[in-house]
Amino acid sequence: MIVQIGGVLFDGLAYGMLLFLLSVGLSVTLGLMNFINLAHCSFAMLGGYVTLVLMREAGWPFLATLPAAFLGAALVSVAFERTLFRRLYRATELNQVLFTIGLVFVSAAVAAYLFGTVQQPVELPGYLRGSVRFAGMSFGVYRLFLIAFALAITALLIAGLELTRFGAQVRAAVDNQRMAKGLGIDVETVFAVTFALGSGLAGLGGALAIEIVGLDPSFGFHFLVYVLIVVSVGGLGSVSGSFAAAALLGIGDVAGKYYVPELGAFLIYILMVAILFFKPLGLFGKR
Amino acid sequence: MTSLPSTDPHAFLARQSRWSPVEIAFWLAAFLPFLLFPTYLSLASQIAITALFALSIDLILGYAGIITLGHAVFFGIGSYTAGLLAKHGWGEPLSGLVLAALAAALVGYATSFIIVRVRHLALIMITLGLAFLAVEAANSAGWLTGGADGLQGVRMWPLLGWFEFDLWGYTAYTYSLVALFALFLVARRLVHSPFGLSLRGIRENVKRMPAIGAPSRLRLQKIYTISAAIAGVAGALLAQTTETVSLEVLGFQRSADVVIMLILGGTGRLYGAIVGALIFMVARDQLADMNPQYWYFWIGLLLMAVVLFLPDGILGGLARLVPERWRAR
Repeated sequence: MIVQIGGVLFDGLAYGMLLFLLSVGLSVTLGLMNFINLAHCSFAMLGGYVTLVLMREAGWPFLATLPAAFLGAALVSVAFERTLFRRLYRATELNQVLFTIGLVFVSAAVAAYLFGTVQQPVELPGYLRGSVRFAGMSFGVYRLFLIAFALAITALLIAGLELTRFGAQVRAAVDNQRMAKGLGIDVETVFAVTFALGSGLAGLGGALAIEIVGLDPSFGFHFLVYVLIVVSVGGLGSVSGSFAAAALLGIGDVAGKYYVPELGAFLIYILMVAILFFKPLGLFGKR
Repeated sequence: MTSLPSTDPHAFLARQSRWSPVEIAFWLAAFLPFLLFPTYLSLASQIAITALFALSIDLILGYAGIITLGHAVFFGIGSYTAGLLAKHGWGEPLSGLVLAALAAALVGYATSFIIVRVRHLALIMITLGLAFLAVEAANSAGWLTGGADGLQGVRMWPLLGWFEFDLWGYTAYTYSLVALFALFLVARRLVHSPFGLSLRGIRENVKRMPAIGAPSRLRLQKIYTISAAIAGVAGALLAQTTETVSLEVLGFQRSADVVIMLILGGTGRLYGAIVGALIFMVARDQLADMNPQYWYFWIGLLLMAVVLFLPDGILGGLARLVPERWRAR
């Protein structure tokens, strides 16, 4: 029994960490500019395909493709941000939602054209496969790697936000954009860099997700809902909020599917509606 | 500006609600499919139904500023109500419509308490969440809804006891068109009433309206319920004219598509909903033959272009080209 619960918790946590990587960038950029970027997961998909192509065509090892996935998603996203998205910061939410949904449609069609609509598997290196046994439970090595990786990223993000000059500028801009501008912070540049970092993390998440959930052109859609749940429940612009919400959602989703499969995704949606009804700003949202 | 606008509010509303020649021509053109495309009448019927659905969203999104990505819930409730009634021995279409509207309105009223509490991203997420809940509920209640296989065995009685629903869609199109026109008149009356004007005020500034003596919550709940009822009628029309109901009536795709149509046509103008539905449905019908897989590529591009270059939609863009006195709002 305890072994079973432990297994569910472990799998759920690993899944939650994946969701955290996919959504933390969106949370911060939403908090910064109030720009609802539904195409966030398309950048994650891009990261996934970068890894796929590099491994398959260029024969790179899996770990070496991860920085490339990060860079690819970051560069492409910042190009979009500088040319297109920035025109929409003052637009209505609806226009932002529709524009970025349009981008999701286009990216899904392009991915389908280039790679076909089938799931694309990748071959993991030997040291990331298999499982280790500990205290009577078996842990997948890849999931352990995923959790450790996400924890390291979280630590880096929090340290970066709390300790560096740039982090202080981001926090200032999230809290009060006008005031930050008044103090001489170049909010636009801060935002562009944050946007690139956030999308890069999503690309990383996309690359790491291939093994767990697969990769196909509908990735940008499929994870959008989960990512939005994490962001809205966690609260905008909050790294720790996203972390908690992602872990909750991951464990809740896995546990729900394991113990009450007949309820399906019911539980998640009811929880989300209830949380947002009582706390429209999310669990950790400040404004 | 040809003349100074009068300050009398009744004169203002009366001026806005006057019928223009373009509008009359528009509705006369709705009869053209009978003459020009008699083989496409079932498509025409689908377009009329979709336009009605888009109209219902325009009332809340375009006029009251409630963004929703889950309005298919009410469409689906209407569909299932009408479908279930007909399946279990009551195939009378008109009373089916009324009951479907009532059912959708009831759920609309119940959920409106949640809707008016939240705004921004939380609102989008709650409408989305409610929509997913509805799909899950309909899917798991397979004994009632038929689940993923859809509702089978829907048999409609002749319309008004006389007109059979024929294979070519003569009855279906006439029926849908009349329903669309009747509810369009209702919507038109609504948005040109003081109530409609106060909704526009709420859309523009939700905090200032209560300050000038027009509390917003009750008004938003009212229009949300009305919109749900209209969406329910649209759903019921689809169930009755196609004599089948599938899970897809509740799906996210339908909610998203209809918002896209509205944006294409232009929000906050009743004809925007109809024109958007017309363009979207005809384009899909034409393009689906060519390469169904990439249909969304073009829709995506179109969406991005409309948001960037035509923020008021196609009708809004056209309106800038037309002289003032011709404009219909």
